[in-house]
Amino acid sequence: MNDNDLIDNVGNISESPLQLMADHLGDIGQGLSLSSKVVHGEIELQVNAADVAQVLMLLRDDRQAAFTQLIDLTAVDYPERKYRFDVVYQMLSMENNMRLRVVAAVAEGQTLPSVTGVFMSANWAEREVWDMFGIFFAGHPDLRRLLTDYGFEGHPLRKDFPLTGHVEVRYDDAQRRVINEPVHLVQEFRDFDFLSPWEGMHSELGGKPSASDPDKTAK
Amino acid sequence: MAEMQIKPITMNFGPQHPAAHGVLRLVLEMDGEVIERADPHIGLLHRGTEKLIEHKTYLQALPYFDRLDYVSPMNQEHAWALSVEKALGITVPRRAQYIRVLYCEIGRILNHLLNLTTFAIDVGAMTPLLWGFEEREHLMGFYERACGARLHAAYFRPGGVHQDLPDDLLRDINNWAKTFPAFIQDMETLLSENRIFKQRTVDIGVISEEDALSLGMTGPCLRGSGVAWDLRKTQPYDAYDEMDFDVPIGKTGDCYARYLVRIEEMRQSLRIIEQAIAGMPDGPVMAPDHKVTPPNRGEMKNSMEALIHHFKLYTEGFRVPEGEIYTAVEAPKGEFGVYLVSDGTNKPYRCKIRAPGFYFMAAVDHLSRGHMLADSVAIIGSLDIVFGEIDR
Repeated sequence: MNDNDLIDNVGNISESPLQLMADHLGDIGQGLSLSSKVVHGEIELQVNAADVAQVLMLLRDDRQAAFTQLIDLTAVDYPERKYRFDVVYQMLSMENNMRLRVVAAVAEGQTLPSVTGVFMSANWAEREVWDMFGIFFAGHPDLRRLLTDYGFEGHPLRKDFPLTGHVEVRYDDAQRRVINEPVHLVQEFRDFDFLSPWEGMHSELGGKPSASDPDKTAK
Repeated sequence: MAEMQIKPITMNFGPQHPAAHGVLRLVLEMDGEVIERADPHIGLLHRGTEKLIEHKTYLQALPYFDRLDYVSPMNQEHAWALSVEKALGITVPRRAQYIRVLYCEIGRILNHLLNLTTFAIDVGAMTPLLWGFEEREHLMGFYERACGARLHAAYFRPGGVHQDLPDDLLRDINNWAKTFPAFIQDMETLLSENRIFKQRTVDIGVISEEDALSLGMTGPCLRGSGVAWDLRKTQPYDAYDEMDFDVPIGKTGDCYARYLVRIEEMRQSLRIIEQAIAGMPDGPVMAPDHKVTPPNRGEMKNSMEALIHHFKLYTEGFRVPEGEIYTAVEAPKGEFGVYLVSDGTNKPYRCKIRAPGFYFMAAVDHLSRGHMLADSVAIIGSLDIVFGEIDR
């Protein structure tokens, strides 16, 4: 960080520390292919799936970045993409009072390096992602299912997994134990789509007063 | 007598055990009475909240947040409301901000009362529970008077709070707040210098500062280890930047330090409650943008536009601009975050709930190794675990 950077960013004070950090991350991450940008007042760092553990270690150990906490780890499923999943790491730097999102795109069946060696909090978080999305983390000490039932099949948070699931459990009197059965719906599953095909009115079009205008609602 | 070799045994703790604070199955590998490895099996309360939210509109998704950490429901709603507001870019009227701060602090006291008293009963003290639940009754009464429900409030909405507070409620909360310090004092005389309580908690389950950061600890568990970090101070939301309060931190990082931090936090919450009541501004409690917030009943009887707004809001809901947003609040247990991915429609594309308790539970193995079996109960109690938010 030098003085010129600060002067350049004077016009945009709220964003400047974030932008400086984003630039700094771009500098230290040379050699690892990563790109950083600032959206909605949050830094997002796109990285290669294979580099995740390295990048997180760099973020933790770099004196200026000091992202010492892995707050959360999750994934988002985009079935239509070639790299189907976005694995998202939420980082927190207490020193800079700053948050950072590291995003790595992975294809189905592709493995990610586990970051349990960098942050202990990744242990269960990765187990959850494995359970819910079926993303495999190489080098995880104990990658078992976490939230679903013993013997569960499928990965519930994938978009192609139905909301009702495939099996339901009940206590069977004859067998005297809890059994799994295919889901039987007494009534057809209803998932209403109320989304209007029209975009609705925008206040900036046509210059009409919007509903948020207090004068109008007072009438 | 000849030396005996004791085989390590595997023990099953729970899923139905009063000290498991819900439905926790803990598989313990024991060497005699010493824990060698603890393997928590969670998910017995998994309801698929995140999957369900993907199929609901932004407003319908809100009540699910009450059912996560059901001990302090409004604090979770707050995170959801803030993240939707951030995505929409709307500002909340000041009165609503103050009401939210007031009720978040009531929620914090509710939570700490439950945690501290059940923690006490876990290590053998019965009386605090009986006393504390009487106080919780008063607080849930305040919840009920504001929103009609004692637990599942659905009171904080994107854009403000659902309804204005009834008359006299603020006065009654203020009166209660005057009596509460005496209760904290009473409870402290039962526990803080109690010989048995200290024997069971001091130097048990010590988390070093470094471990606490690596384990993803937040809230009182992090502050108990000496890290001064509170989102209400460092990343203030709503009216917290106008409140004057202190952030207590512990020194030792053991169960006793976490207990002391929570006791002090209740006193600080009380300060915030008093300031919020004293400074409560007048005005609306909902943002006036009726594309997002419902019009009031009276208006709907006369205005066609208000009726259309109401109908559209409760069928289609509102659309949220495309984007990804992470919002966190300081819930009583720690950092409660919502990672919201919106695709521009009326339903969230993905909503990840970052529950503080999830990471506490993950740390149980690390913390209880080398401790006695009875200490695992104290550790679980001091971490403040509620399964609604862990299993989601």
